[in-house]
Amino acid sequence: MPLLEASGISKVFGKLTALDGAALTVGENEFHGLIGPNGSGKSTLMKCVAGAEVPTTGKVSFVNTDITAFSPTERARAGMSLKFQITSVLPTLTLYDNILLALQAQSSLFDLVLSRTRNRLHDQVMTMLTQFRLADRAYDAAAALSHGQQQWLEIAMALAGKPRLLLLDEPTGGMSLEERRVTGELLQPIKQHCSLVIVEHDLDFIRDICDRLTVLDQGKVLASGTVAEIQANKSVQEIYLRRA
Amino acid sequence: MGGAREAVARIGEGPDVVTGEGAPAASAPAGRTSAGWKVLPIVEGLVLLIALVLPWVLQDYLTVFATRVVILALFALSFDLVWGYAGIMSFGQALFFGAAGYGVALMARDLNVTSILLILPAGTLIGLTASLLLGGFLLLGRYPSSVIFVSLGTLTGSYAADRLARGWYYLGGQNGIPSIPPLTLGSYEFEEGPVYYYMVLGILVVTYLLCRFLVRSQFGLALAGLRENEQRIAFFGYKAQHLKAIVFAIGGTIAGLAGSLYAFHEGFVWPNMLGVVFSTQVVLYVLFGGSGTLIGAVIGTVIIEGVSFWLSDNYRDVWPIILGVLLLLVIMFRPLGLISFVLGERERVGSFGKEPGKGPSKAAKKEAGNAAP
Repeated sequence: MPLLEASGISKVFGKLTALDGAALTVGENEFHGLIGPNGSGKSTLMKCVAGAEVPTTGKVSFVNTDITAFSPTERARAGMSLKFQITSVLPTLTLYDNILLALQAQSSLFDLVLSRTRNRLHDQVMTMLTQFRLADRAYDAAAALSHGQQQWLEIAMALAGKPRLLLLDEPTGGMSLEERRVTGELLQPIKQHCSLVIVEHDLDFIRDICDRLTVLDQGKVLASGTVAEIQANKSVQEIYLRRA
Repeated sequence: MGGAREAVARIGEGPDVVTGEGAPAASAPAGRTSAGWKVLPIVEGLVLLIALVLPWVLQDYLTVFATRVVILALFALSFDLVWGYAGIMSFGQALFFGAAGYGVALMARDLNVTSILLILPAGTLIGLTASLLLGGFLLLGRYPSSVIFVSLGTLTGSYAADRLARGWYYLGGQNGIPSIPPLTLGSYEFEEGPVYYYMVLGILVVTYLLCRFLVRSQFGLALAGLRENEQRIAFFGYKAQHLKAIVFAIGGTIAGLAGSLYAFHEGFVWPNMLGVVFSTQVVLYVLFGGSGTLIGAVIGTVIIEGVSFWLSDNYRDVWPIILGVLLLLVIMFRPLGLISFVLGERERVGSFGKEPGKGPSKAAKKEAGNAAP
């Protein structure tokens, strides 16, 4: 049974059909790339899975539960996490507090008011910061970070709740080549406990880290398979050549 | 609540390509903790000190005025918690203040209850109940409610209560309820003056400390997240709307406490206490002093009330204009309020995790202990 199974997803905005029966299947510990030309519906599909949009039709299952109607909070509690396309770290808080905020999300109200999980979570906060090479800036405000570092902080925050599925919307947007390479390195270790869906324009990046790919075109799935299969696929080559 | 659904739909949308390295980072100053860290406790201590000696230096009629200001500061605190910390635009905070005031006034008039031991719990309970009902309705939808919805909803609630009180004979109509007897404790009567002053000051200090504890806790960190990006923290798994409703209810409770103290201090209640006038006034106190800092709410109340008291004595006709210009200047040039003259951004927001210089954590100490031979 796959970890995530979205099928028959359609999303209509007024006269615009963004998705038309799209599907996405992700297995345990699988890195899955979602690619396609601009306007093919990648981000919309991601939002339908994440709960930021409600699909017009279709069904999303996660860990054998139908979550189509779940709110973002319920999805997060079920083990799904999302990194937004635009960075949304909390700029006035320190890096430490940003991570703590993510880590304590499921503490009870009682524990929060009495600050009872603060000490217990300290080591986890520092581990996350170290893992994402941000430990030396733990007490700086997040606004002081470079764009790439903010993206890493945000990935760290998205991973803080130990999700089983992480959705990354354009993690390398606006990054330098070097930052992209580091991002790939930072993502590798999480495969042991987490699956990943990545929407990304950088095909080299996708090819390097993903196991499987789904290609969308005009709201439909054009092809889905392993990286090698997709690379050999004639119609995929065509849409990318056509628009290149 | 159509706007709310759209707001949810907008999550994650943005420019496809983020232009320029470091451009977003350049928009805010670097945040390394500065050396002069602890301004806040000094300001708080000074304000408390001044408050403690006031009745000794003021004439009696000014002590009565000061008492009123202290009660209003308590009211301002309730709004600051709701707006400054949780980001809920409550334009109708006076609803809870006034409802409690009317409630305890009725208890005194119709049931002859004046014992402080019954009146203050009753006032807080009325504030709590009213804010739970209104907050539940405004904040606990399937989707997060928009700022406009909440601000108009609270404003409408306050306005409706005002109209209701004006039209309802039982509540005294336009004149309100006059001649409320003094608060009592056994056979002792709390008359206006130093005793009433120190009592409300004590209540303000205790409430202030409780709020301070709350906003500096991990709960306060969640509130900071709520204020800055509600949708983001919902995606972490926070029950964002519940958090909002809880803070709203705490704010309503404090407003209820303030309202009942106010009713007995003034000796009468009138419809303005429920309505737009008081609701707006409390917004101004907090904006003027500095929202998102508890002491800012207190300072704002003291200065606005003090200045308008002085102005109305000396410039009988034009004083509202002078006050208005003054408020406008502060809001235009000091959007973070007067407190921002002395308080840095880092300290205003605060740190919730371990701070540098506070020593290693327990776990780290243990590790160090193990490493030693």
